[in-house]
Amino acid sequence: MSRFKTFPKGGIHPTDHKEATCHKEIQNASLSSIAVVPLSQHIGAPCECLVKKGDTVEEEQIIGKAGGFVSANIHSPVPGEVKEIKQIFLPNGIAVDAVVIEMQGEFKRLGKEETSSDWSGMSNEEISAKISEMGIVGQGGATFPTHVKLSLPKGKTCDTFIINAVECEPYLTSDHRVMLEKGKEVLEGIRIIQRLLSPGKTVIGIEANKMDAVEYLQSLVSSEGLDIDVMPLEVKYPQGAEKNLIKAVTGKEVPSGKLPLEVGVINANVGTCLSVYEAVVLNKPVIERVVTVSGGAIKNPLNLKARVGTSFRTLIEDCGGFSEEPVKVIAGGPMMGFTVYDLDTPVTKGTSGILALTAKEIKAAKPTNCLSCGRCISACPMGLNPTKIFKYIEFNLSDEAAAAGLMDCVECGSCSFMCPAHIPLVQGFRGGKKVLRKNSMKKAGK
Amino acid sequence: MKDKLLISSSPQFHHPQSTSSIMWTVSLCLLPAGVWGVYIFGLRALLVTLTAIAAAVATEALLGRVKNENTIADGSAFLTGLLIGFNMPPAVPIYVVVVASVFAIAVVKWTFGGLGGNWMNPALAGRVFVFFSWTGGMTTWTLPGNGSADTVTGPTPLGSIKAGLMSMSADIQGPMDLLAAEGVPVSYMDLFLGRVPGSIGEVSALLLIAGGLFLLIRKIANWEIVVSYLGSFALLVWLFGGFRYGQGLFSGDVLFHLLSGGLMLGALFMATDMVSSPLTSKGMLIYGAGCGFMTYLLRFFGSVPEGVSLAIIFMNIFVPLINRAFQPEKFGLVKTEEEAK
Repeated sequence: MSRFKTFPKGGIHPTDHKEATCHKEIQNASLSSIAVVPLSQHIGAPCECLVKKGDTVEEEQIIGKAGGFVSANIHSPVPGEVKEIKQIFLPNGIAVDAVVIEMQGEFKRLGKEETSSDWSGMSNEEISAKISEMGIVGQGGATFPTHVKLSLPKGKTCDTFIINAVECEPYLTSDHRVMLEKGKEVLEGIRIIQRLLSPGKTVIGIEANKMDAVEYLQSLVSSEGLDIDVMPLEVKYPQGAEKNLIKAVTGKEVPSGKLPLEVGVINANVGTCLSVYEAVVLNKPVIERVVTVSGGAIKNPLNLKARVGTSFRTLIEDCGGFSEEPVKVIAGGPMMGFTVYDLDTPVTKGTSGILALTAKEIKAAKPTNCLSCGRCISACPMGLNPTKIFKYIEFNLSDEAAAAGLMDCVECGSCSFMCPAHIPLVQGFRGGKKVLRKNSMKKAGK
Repeated sequence: MKDKLLISSSPQFHHPQSTSSIMWTVSLCLLPAGVWGVYIFGLRALLVTLTAIAAAVATEALLGRVKNENTIADGSAFLTGLLIGFNMPPAVPIYVVVVASVFAIAVVKWTFGGLGGNWMNPALAGRVFVFFSWTGGMTTWTLPGNGSADTVTGPTPLGSIKAGLMSMSADIQGPMDLLAAEGVPVSYMDLFLGRVPGSIGEVSALLLIAGGLFLLIRKIANWEIVVSYLGSFALLVWLFGGFRYGQGLFSGDVLFHLLSGGLMLGALFMATDMVSSPLTSKGMLIYGAGCGFMTYLLRFFGSVPEGVSLAIIFMNIFVPLINRAFQPEKFGLVKTEEEAK
């Protein structure tokens, strides 16, 4: 038994491979001479493009205006000239418009001292507006617009505000380094959010493979006398999945199909808290983020602070390039990330890592028939029966799949990871969910 | 476009084990016990084992051609063949071995869809099929230490006991006494090391336990099944095993029964077969306990000395029912606030 809390059901222990970068300080990445800035870097409506070919843009100028309430502004990461607006594919396979900016002109902040402003005089509305203006999205990977998440619906209160510093994806160390190097800023960001939510209590959940970060944050919290609980958690994937983290920290289960607020919880990623600090205190939009560049095919894995729009190729070159030919290059972590087909793919607000993996790391094998070993069931953090749901989908039994809990699947990948038959379970579930959504839209249309 | 990269759905990497690595690991863990069998029963034992494997793999290859796929490399047919060989007496006629393997692969495995489709352990089904078809050949046991051509045969310890119980005198205290009275004395050490007559791969409890432990550590064999099987069987033997010898409760010879017959092979390598065992932990516990109970019933009250094969097959039949009864508990099934009101 571990002395730390965790979620009770399912979960797996993949080798975490974090040692390659967890002791490396964040370095500034090179800039691509051409920045490709997608106009949709979040969940929700794409941005409305505010620039056209030939325009000159300044660093941090808004080039994409939020296309609705659930959307987030996009700012130019570099000064320069708009070369074209073209369609590109994001790693998740969605085609979006992107502004292509050739870098030229002067940088605003580079080499200058930061001027910080005092936010204690700001009203909650002003803070919220600032967060919205600066285009902050959840940086754990889901990229949900932060100002939406932080606006409590009428009649709801936040009992517990949980900062997700779990970083349960193998290889990734960007959150870990942010906590160690920007601990004070992160805590101030948390205090700003505390003002907005006035939560009953605030907990930072960190997996116990980052005890240095736990101790550092604990020392900061006690020296500043903050009302924040830094809670180490047992190392188990997917501890960072929203519902599992809530279960681990509070013991409460978010009901199936409901949002965390149902049990009075709001979650935010550590990186998001840093962005809130930068937006409110430094008046700085989200134009850069920390990206872990790692994997067996990378010569010198690093944690890089990279501007949005920088190509994967540039960051990989910053790490000395490839030591061997990678089989896959992944945007995000190995459990939930997406493969890219092209190293010109740009960094976006949600890119937590770039991984170049070798065949030896991937351990691919030809799928066989299901062995009924039950490993998918004991791995599933949502208490589902993945093999049964997969069979329903295979036979086009959408309603049966839904009844068996398909929509509760969080696509964490634990089942597929464990499956000795190498059955692409999660891929099947994604397809199955699409069919279900289509069906329910059809029904609604009638 | 320019970069040759693999595109795939997440997760992007995988646990080191695969179907074939599991099958070959199990085979490897069985190997020491097989080597021991050949050492004490002679080259005939090797011939039987190799025949069983060859027949199983050949059947798999042939049927694979019908479905236009080659599934030999996954190792499952090899493992089935190996287990059939292990379950044969060393002196069994060769054609019986072939029939067992062909029956296991063709009828039990392939008519239900090949790997993963069978609802019964193929190796056990093959063994039971030939046991009831050629009972004579399947119950002629070579005495250990007879590597020579002129084979001497004798009963297994469990066989002697089944026979001896009929004409037992009153002063017999338990199975070890009975074996001594029957003129075939064994020590616990003989049973533990495998210096007794029996099937090729079942006699060495020591080497089977070593291989089984490795599988348990690698989580290829589920501890739930092994513990509940051996635990329930040991408990029943301890509680009621003494009755046959005129003793009271709590006096059964647990050690003798754990170490004799095919129990270790069955509990560690056959009952734990992934395909024909339940999916969830709770289900596995029930299934293992059922195996233990049935083994106890068959060994003590059945008409044949051995009960392991039939006990496991019996429980295999219940696996779909057990799976239905013990589904995982879904996350988030708590009532929402409105529903609670």
